[in-house]
Amino acid sequence: MDTPDTLNYMLAGYIVFSVTFFGYLVYLWRRWRGLQAEEQNLKEIEANE
Amino acid sequence: MSTQPRALIVLNVVSVILLAAAYYASLVYAPLEAVMGQVQRLFYFHVATAWVGMIGFVLAAVAGIAYLWKKDLKWDAISLAAVEISLIFFFIAIVLGSIWARPIWGTWWTWEPRLTTAAILQMIYLAYLLLRQGIEDPEKRARFGAIYTLLGGISVPLTFVSIRIFRSIHPVVIGAGGAEAQGSFSMAPVMVQVMLFSIFAFSVIFVTLFWHRMRLGSLESRVEQLKLKVMQ
Repeated sequence: MDTPDTLNYMLAGYIVFSVTFFGYLVYLWRRWRGLQAEEQNLKEIEANE
Repeated sequence: MSTQPRALIVLNVVSVILLAAAYYASLVYAPLEAVMGQVQRLFYFHVATAWVGMIGFVLAAVAGIAYLWKKDLKWDAISLAAVEISLIFFFIAIVLGSIWARPIWGTWWTWEPRLTTAAILQMIYLAYLLLRQGIEDPEKRARFGAIYTLLGGISVPLTFVSIRIFRSIHPVVIGAGGAEAQGSFSMAPVMVQVMLFSIFAFSVIFVTLFWHRMRLGSLESRVEQLKLKVMQ
């Protein structure tokens, strides 16, 4: 039996996985950094009051 | 900034190693399936991401019960973290399934029982995230979330058993599939090993992400409290 050439579909699947997964990691990291900066700002405002 | 606990740092390292090993196992170590070709390699990540997705939705429902019982907001934070991560994994599982289906079924999508219940499951939990945002009061939001995840949790076993109780073209991995199933294959022992390893790897990755997401949630609530203090 001839095995069909489905390599492109396999590659597409792993690219989708990698982009979504690592994209989510970057999203979490950016959210974390943003919240940290906000916390720092608020602490400074609180200390100045 | 609060530094990461040592156990979380260890989990980070273990997760990276397991993810790299899962890539290697599914792309290189697993044998080529003769009937479907390379696309069958999506199977390992497809099953593993669907597995952790469903586990997360179940965890959210359990945390919902715990909130209704204890009225402690930490259970709401657990529910939210579990749903958010599960949505990512379940989305990946659906897309990988769709890509796999194209050369095997001849279509990207068909409204058969497994795909339909999986799509509904994803929509239910997307709606959960959106609806939560409309509720200001944390107690009310947590109560709503708890009841929602509890009711939404019903769709998890329904999605799991859909291919066993309805006529479906989706193959069954564990147990016998229906006569209409297309894309079934007999798993060589190495394929079973890779599948089980992928499920294990993604379970550990889920725990790591969950821990990070919980830390993010507590930072968010600290910032909220600070905001309220500054505004007063």
